[in-house]
Amino acid sequence: MAILVDVPTLDERVGRRSVAQNLLGRPEVGALVGAIVLFVFFSAAAPVFLQPNSFATVLYGSSTFGIMAVAVSLLMIGGEFDLSAGVAVISSALTASLFSWYFSMNLWVGVGLALIVSLLIGFVNGWILMKTKLPSFIVTLATFLMLTGLNLALTRLIGGSVATPSIASMDGFQSARAVFANSFTIGGMDLKSPILIWIVLVVIASWLLLRTKIGNWIFAVGGDENAARAVGVPVRATKIGLFMGVGFCGWVLGMHNLFAFDSVQSGEGIGNEFLYIIAAVIGGCLLTGGYGSAIGGAIGAFIFGMANKGIVYAEWNPDWFKFFLGLMLLLATIVNLIVKRRAELK
Amino acid sequence: MKKFSWQAGVLTAIVIPTLALSACTSQGGRDPDAGKAELGGKVADTPEIKVAMITHAGPGDTFWDIVRKGAEEAAAKDNVDLLYTSDPEGGRQAQLVQQAVDQGVDGIVVTLAKPDALKDALKKASDAGIPIVSINSGADVSAEVGAFTHFGSDEALAGAAVGAELAADGSTHPICVIHEQGNVALEARCEGVKSKVPGSEIVYVTGTDMTQVSSTVTAKLQAASDVDAIIGLGAPFTQTILKAVEALDLQDEVKVASFDLNGELAQNIIDGKVQFTVDQQPWLQGYGSVDALWEASRGGFQIGGGQPVLTGPAIVDESNAESVLQFAKDGIR
Repeated sequence: MAILVDVPTLDERVGRRSVAQNLLGRPEVGALVGAIVLFVFFSAAAPVFLQPNSFATVLYGSSTFGIMAVAVSLLMIGGEFDLSAGVAVISSALTASLFSWYFSMNLWVGVGLALIVSLLIGFVNGWILMKTKLPSFIVTLATFLMLTGLNLALTRLIGGSVATPSIASMDGFQSARAVFANSFTIGGMDLKSPILIWIVLVVIASWLLLRTKIGNWIFAVGGDENAARAVGVPVRATKIGLFMGVGFCGWVLGMHNLFAFDSVQSGEGIGNEFLYIIAAVIGGCLLTGGYGSAIGGAIGAFIFGMANKGIVYAEWNPDWFKFFLGLMLLLATIVNLIVKRRAELK
Repeated sequence: MKKFSWQAGVLTAIVIPTLALSACTSQGGRDPDAGKAELGGKVADTPEIKVAMITHAGPGDTFWDIVRKGAEEAAAKDNVDLLYTSDPEGGRQAQLVQQAVDQGVDGIVVTLAKPDALKDALKKASDAGIPIVSINSGADVSAEVGAFTHFGSDEALAGAAVGAELAADGSTHPICVIHEQGNVALEARCEGVKSKVPGSEIVYVTGTDMTQVSSTVTAKLQAASDVDAIIGLGAPFTQTILKAVEALDLQDEVKVASFDLNGELAQNIIDGKVQFTVDQQPWLQGYGSVDALWEASRGGFQIGGGQPVLTGPAIVDESNAESVLQFAKDGIR
């Protein structure tokens, strides 16, 4: 009996894992495999896909999901949903546009106000959630509906039409456009600024998640809220902060929409919230919270962008578009799961 | 049995849709040859050109089927490889235009429901020397975004035509049912109606959900007793509105009018259930635009002389509904 005690058994939790195991245990690795498969597939199916400018279009399409997917991924790791994320983007753009237009002010004033409004939407979402303890699904569904109504009602009330008046000739337009909707050429690729903003946001979010105390808090509140509170994690501040993060990203994307197209249609954005959630889930975030990564959400958005644009480049009949999109998403998530299970078994 | 077999899962994911597909094609209730258009004459012997048609159509709108049929018929005749895509959201429609430029197409047909969102992408197409034709909405901005001509019907004009017909019938309080909140073209139609009948009123319904259309219209008819006419802005919506009117037993008090056309609507006009409809002849928009691009590649022709080519409004009432019924059933009117 004593012999058994003497054998130094290492607890598996502190044991060393091989590099491969570490790599495979990452939440985003399944998505990465899926992305590579899809990339190779479309490169073969559509030669146009590999041209620098086409690839820039794919990246741009991905970035308009990806910017939101960053914040939504963090929020989902924190264990919550935000169904108002899609329309909140448009709310932000409408605020900036209509405020500046109505009061004939420099557009940067509107941009600043839009940031405040976006953060406030996030704050209200988080605050109601923490006050009422209702599921975030219900709370943000309510804000989703309210924002949809406000977008249309206020746009018609202030601007007199369902779309905002064009702001292209107003003060501050050129400088704001240079920030939010610029395009420049790097290595033969005609890149638009949301792509860079997206990358910067992913880097910041990854750093926040993996290298800071706040990152630990996010994982903790998503894993088990009560346990997190018991060990002293500021649950309320963390969750409200996560919702405000979604608000911030919504502001960034909203400003891009506004300055890229001069005018915003009040009815847009509906349904996009699911695309952000899909991107996060493909990227390895669990629907139950506590697991995931920011880079995974980015890869998820890239997969979505590739499927979305690749089908067009491959010149397939678009009637089948949604079907193939769904099938590809399904396969990507299944690959994701297989890889993750294999990694966990080892 | 707890462990789910992923091999089986993947297999199922592939096999079931495949089975579903094969079931769809082999067991349809219709003669597979019935839908094939009989195209007389031979295909043009000009070299094949590639034309991208990019619309703002939402999924499941019959109107765009007709546009697409016209475009496909022109494409078949003119030896054109037609690439049809659509997205109702302005920003994503712009990305589709960008993709067409990336693909190096020989011509672009585009709808301009949201011109602000599209103008940068269309500028790139112009810079790349790709001829552009706009269709449907956006006649006023067509030239501005670089299209050499526009095929469409003036929405306000069409609305005014409906208003004039209703006013002649003595209507003072018609309801204009907008099935897509925020659509500029639909708003223009109702404004056109209002310009002729000032007492007209707008009701918004969720066009993607027919039960909502029906219940909202019913509620409105119950609430406002002096309504004397109701206007649907698309053929499928008018059918639903008509059913709501009939369910309330108001068909004698409330006249039903419509925009656009399909087979059932033509039949209802013949039966006197619907007074009339204003057709913008969408088939012509599809056919004309593709044909115009072929003409441009054939001899550098530019139809329209820099002006929009009007495809409507054409009023269909009981006097001519019989003659268009067959074509409506074929899905080209």
